[in-house]
Amino acid sequence: MSDHQPSQKELPEAPSTAPTPAGISRRGFLKGAGITAAGTALLEGVQGFSREAVASTPKGVKEFGPEPFPVTLHINGKEHALQIEPRTTLADALRIQLNMTGTKVSCDRGVCSSCTVLLDRMPVNSCMTLAIDAVGHHVTTIEGISTDEQMHPLQAAFVRHDAMQCGFCTPGMVMSCVSLLEKNPHPTEADVRYAVSGNLCRCGTYPKVFAATLDAASQLARKA
Amino acid sequence: MNSFTLADCSTVEAALSQLKDGAIVKAGGVDLLDRMKNGTDTPTRLVNIRNISTLRGIHSTPQGLTIGALTTLAEVADDPTIRTQYTLLADACGHAATPHIRNMATLGGNLLQQLQCWYYRSAEFQCLRKGKELCFAFSGLNQYHAIMDYGGCPSVAPSSGAVALLALDASVELTSAAKGKRIVTIRDFYLQPDANPHRFHVMAADELLTAIHIPKPAPGTRSAYQKYGEKESHDWAIADAGILLEMDSNLCRRAVVAMGAASPVVRRSHEAEAALTGKPITHETARAAGQASMTGAMPLSMNAYKVQLFPVAIYRTILLAAGQMDRDPSAAG
Ligand SMILES: Cc1cc2nc3c(=O)[nH]c(=O)nc-3n(C[C@H](O)[C@H](O)[C@H](O)COP(=O)(O)OP(=O)(O)OC[C@H]3O[C@@H](n4cnc5c(N)ncnc54)[C@H](O)[C@@H]3O)c2cc1C
Ligand code: SF4
Ligand code: FES
Ligand code: FES
Repeated sequence: MSDHQPSQKELPEAPSTAPTPAGISRRGFLKGAGITAAGTALLEGVQGFSREAVASTPKGVKEFGPEPFPVTLHINGKEHALQIEPRTTLADALRIQLNMTGTKVSCDRGVCSSCTVLLDRMPVNSCMTLAIDAVGHHVTTIEGISTDEQMHPLQAAFVRHDAMQCGFCTPGMVMSCVSLLEKNPHPTEADVRYAVSGNLCRCGTYPKVFAATLDAASQLARKA
Repeated sequence: MNSFTLADCSTVEAALSQLKDGAIVKAGGVDLLDRMKNGTDTPTRLVNIRNISTLRGIHSTPQGLTIGALTTLAEVADDPTIRTQYTLLADACGHAATPHIRNMATLGGNLLQQLQCWYYRSAEFQCLRKGKELCFAFSGLNQYHAIMDYGGCPSVAPSSGAVALLALDASVELTSAAKGKRIVTIRDFYLQPDANPHRFHVMAADELLTAIHIPKPAPGTRSAYQKYGEKESHDWAIADAGILLEMDSNLCRRAVVAMGAASPVVRRSHEAEAALTGKPITHETARAAGQASMTGAMPLSMNAYKVQLFPVAIYRTILLAAGQMDRDPSAAG
């Protein structure tokens, strides 16, 4: 390894609190903070990337790779130390390095959303996200929404409604719908359609996905 | 993907200092990673601008609106001011790609995405736009290609955002370490393929696209964008229409009809605009504008359908802008 490579502790720390508006996911935050210079300053404060603290040459530039370097990824509430290269996608870091194969990759080009994970609670395609861009953010995968004993209510609804056939698109579908229910606990069918409009299912399970998601929403509403 | 070094930059100045020796900028990375996975681009160094927080956000100014280049398509589409006053931009960004891509893709990257021609996207084909002589599309598979103004390269303008920004008379702000900032209108930003087969726009290698400036629309402006695709979602437009109408009560004082998927560079149809100017917006005038938009169309062997699709897209989108028709359920989302 060359000497300009950062050690693990030089890398940004993830925010210790619950999901904060970091990185590219500023939408909700902007609304709250007002779209002003002050809003931006506040954002930089909470972003979790304390770049100023990191020694870098020249100023404001941190260089990574091409050799592997250590990072910490915050996935499903746990810290995972691993070695990545700059070209490692988040999907590959999850599946190949961390053996978290619940996240599926089919097109590897951003077209099908089977690789959907939540980055700071916002659905993104992990195949088109570099793992290094996930450092300092909270990643939630399909493994993170349930426990060994209990499925997420949405997963249970998928089972009840038989909302999968080959199942390859299912983890991505579920993550898109989990994210929808977090933002909108009372969705209409049109809302569900919109939420999964990037999720390609070759088996044509869409009607059951809609039914399962609406059912899960009403179950969750009853519990709340 | 080939292996590379990544220079992660936290300020514009830092990023500008890195724009040398063939380094390529990465914003959201959606277009760039596709090209790298395809093997058409093999940079040894990326300049990551994604974390430059000063390049994000939407600011109202007395003149109009300034949007930071790193603002995501989802942020643009959800912004209340853009939805109400710059409606066709919210429509265009809100219907590009998929919801998840819109969370990742930046407006600057959307404007700078490269051609989607499948020959261009494949490392197996070396065509005119990659420094060779030949275009494979004229005699090959050209169902998604251009029907007008194509010269030697009928790949279509891929950016939905650019169609809306052309109609809004927007400009991009380009910044370099050597020359500081300059402003270029969207109209002058993109280059026609014949004069410049190897260049797509006027931005130089040492420049960053830092912001998009949009003048405030005139009073009485109504606008809409619709995109038609082969699928309901997931895909670029096969026909699209960006419509802006400046109304004086029921007469159209000024009309803009912009298209992307018809030609290699986003274009306005002055023929269609003339069919609306000074007239009331009705089904008849909207239809006439749609028909007029195809003046000069020269479809290729497999895309004559576009000559029928564009007039429908334009007709329906004019009426949507005018508030006389709902969003077309058969338009792509
Ligand atoms: C399935 C799918 C469907 C799609 N459908 C549509 C559609 O319907 N309409 C549409 O418009 N788009 C569509 N897209 C394209 C998508 O919108 C673009 O890929 C995306 O907007 C690119 O933005 P980015 O920030 O990820 O760009 P990047 O990939 O980061 O960058 C794109 C290019 O621009 C350069 N660049 C980026 N930002 C800057 C800057 N600020 N200064 C200088 N250079 C810069 C980069 O070097 C790179 O060459 C689709 C994409 C996919 C995967
Ligand atoms: S249409 Fe343009 S990009 Fe496609 S093969 Fe022909 S010259 Fe190349
Ligand atoms: S595998 Fe990532 S979008 Fe298809
Ligand atoms: S269940 Fe087979 S792809 Fe969706």
